[in-house]
Amino acid sequence: MIHGLTIYHFLTVSTLMFFIGVTGFIIRQNLITILLSVELILNSVVINFLVFNRFLYPDQLQGHFFSLFIIGIAAAEASIAIALIINIYRRIHNINADNVNEMKY
Amino acid sequence: MTGFQTILLLRHELLLIVAAVVIIIYDLLLPAEKKSRIIHFSMILFAFVLLLGLIPSAPGELFGGSFQENKLTGFMKDILNLAVLIIFLQSGGYLRKTENAHKMAEFFVLIIFTLTGMDFMISSGDFLTFFIGLETASIPIAGLVAYDQLKSRSAEAGVKLILLSALSSGVLLYGISMIYGATGSIYFRDIAPEITTSPLVILGFIFFVSGMGFKISLVPYHLWTADVYEGAPINITAYLSVVSKGAAVFIFAVILFTVFKNIIHAWESVLYALAVLTMTIGNLFALRQDNIKRFLAFSSIAQAGFILLGIMGTGSLGMTTIVYFILIYIFTNLAAFGVAAAIFDASGVETISGYKGLYSTNPKLSLVMMLALFSLAGIPPVAGFFGKFFLFTSAGSQGYFILILIAVANATVSLYYYLRVVKAMFIDKNDQPIAAFKSSPTMRISLLICSLGIFFVGFISGIFEYIMSLSSMLF
Repeated sequence: MIHGLTIYHFLTVSTLMFFIGVTGFIIRQNLITILLSVELILNSVVINFLVFNRFLYPDQLQGHFFSLFIIGIAAAEASIAIALIINIYRRIHNINADNVNEMKY
Repeated sequence: MTGFQTILLLRHELLLIVAAVVIIIYDLLLPAEKKSRIIHFSMILFAFVLLLGLIPSAPGELFGGSFQENKLTGFMKDILNLAVLIIFLQSGGYLRKTENAHKMAEFFVLIIFTLTGMDFMISSGDFLTFFIGLETASIPIAGLVAYDQLKSRSAEAGVKLILLSALSSGVLLYGISMIYGATGSIYFRDIAPEITTSPLVILGFIFFVSGMGFKISLVPYHLWTADVYEGAPINITAYLSVVSKGAAVFIFAVILFTVFKNIIHAWESVLYALAVLTMTIGNLFALRQDNIKRFLAFSSIAQAGFILLGIMGTGSLGMTTIVYFILIYIFTNLAAFGVAAAIFDASGVETISGYKGLYSTNPKLSLVMMLALFSLAGIPPVAGFFGKFFLFTSAGSQGYFILILIAVANATVSLYYYLRVVKAMFIDKNDQPIAAFKSSPTMRISLLICSLGIFFVGFISGIFEYIMSLSSMLF
């Protein structure tokens, strides 16, 4: 444990990261940046799990295991998302979310 | 527990993985000009998977309680296997198109892998297995939705699905992390007694419901549904709306009934609001659609609202009505999607206005479509009526009569738009209706299975009693 840092400091960081991610997901135009925002959300969850495990339940490892799996699955998700974004680029020659609007309402 | 019993507990998952690997190897061995053999091979192979999955097994748990198999989850997996078999039977016409010649095997393999993920999700005993199952079920589906590589609509639907499902997974995980922080465990059975109405648990629960709402497409988390359903190939749309939604609803209900049992009064008011919103908005948007896939998307959103009525019933009655409704919904919705797929494969038409005068040229298909739409609307002789009736009974057993009133009003509204399609097919005049065509034998078999299901599942009361006996063992 780092001296002087409490669970509240870590949770503040992770909460900020989560909401920055959600905001970025909503206001960003570039599909890759939207994907980055999602990764930010997943990383905030990883911090949450690690901090809860380290500070509140230090005698077991469930939170650590969960965060390892989240990192692995986030990688899989990112690879598929990037493949599909490349597919979009081949169809419409840009990756601006405003131009991915053939279907509405 | 002996080794064989362990294998029996995992039979659905193991069979699916073996089937997927066999299809991959068979695809590798086939020469390029004979690739279309893979279609019939996969259908027959999956029929065996369905039959072998029916082997009974004693309830049990594996991996220290992470994987729980009982009679109800086994039954649910059999239902999903049946639905996937019907979808395979319907997809032959689409896969035989020349642009799909080089990627037929991927269609079957990806569907089977996502189904494996759903099976693990259904059987999960902790949040980790649940989450991995959910992701295994949702990541490959984005690839399937973008299966029509050369169509920009399909690509658009794929990217919308993967980004929104990643966001919803993030929100869901954030909720799970808070529940972990409040209770100190990820196992359902250890969490359940620790759940109280502390702010952290309530906050975690709200994030959890939001994440699941994305997967089940509840209003206000439904915005991806119509776009993805419209852009995806029609057989994949059928898969999304029936199998993927059915599995998510099942595990959602299980988690609500077991893990969040202590705060039942907190979640019932949340679900009340979601049910009213989902039914009403799904119906209102369905009124203005002309594309048949978009139309069925909004209809499936409205049906998800009705399923929430079953969840409101809680306990074994609620669980029974949900599983029973999903069984009927599979036959009903797959009949509607099957007819839409047959028409699309033969003529390329997928709008309701294009269906005008269909009865004069293709009377049998029109009749099957009419049956399916009557069943979706809940008109008495067919199965859909019984499904809805039991959902309303379930909500009524807890005294939610105003909610039932709203649901009945919504069912009346839905009658208008379902009958609009029937009117287009049977009454409207059209100088150039879709020409008469003969659909493939496998498609006809699938529509026959669906029609029989729609006719008889409602009348055979043994089915409902059987599900009731399975779920009363658990809740």
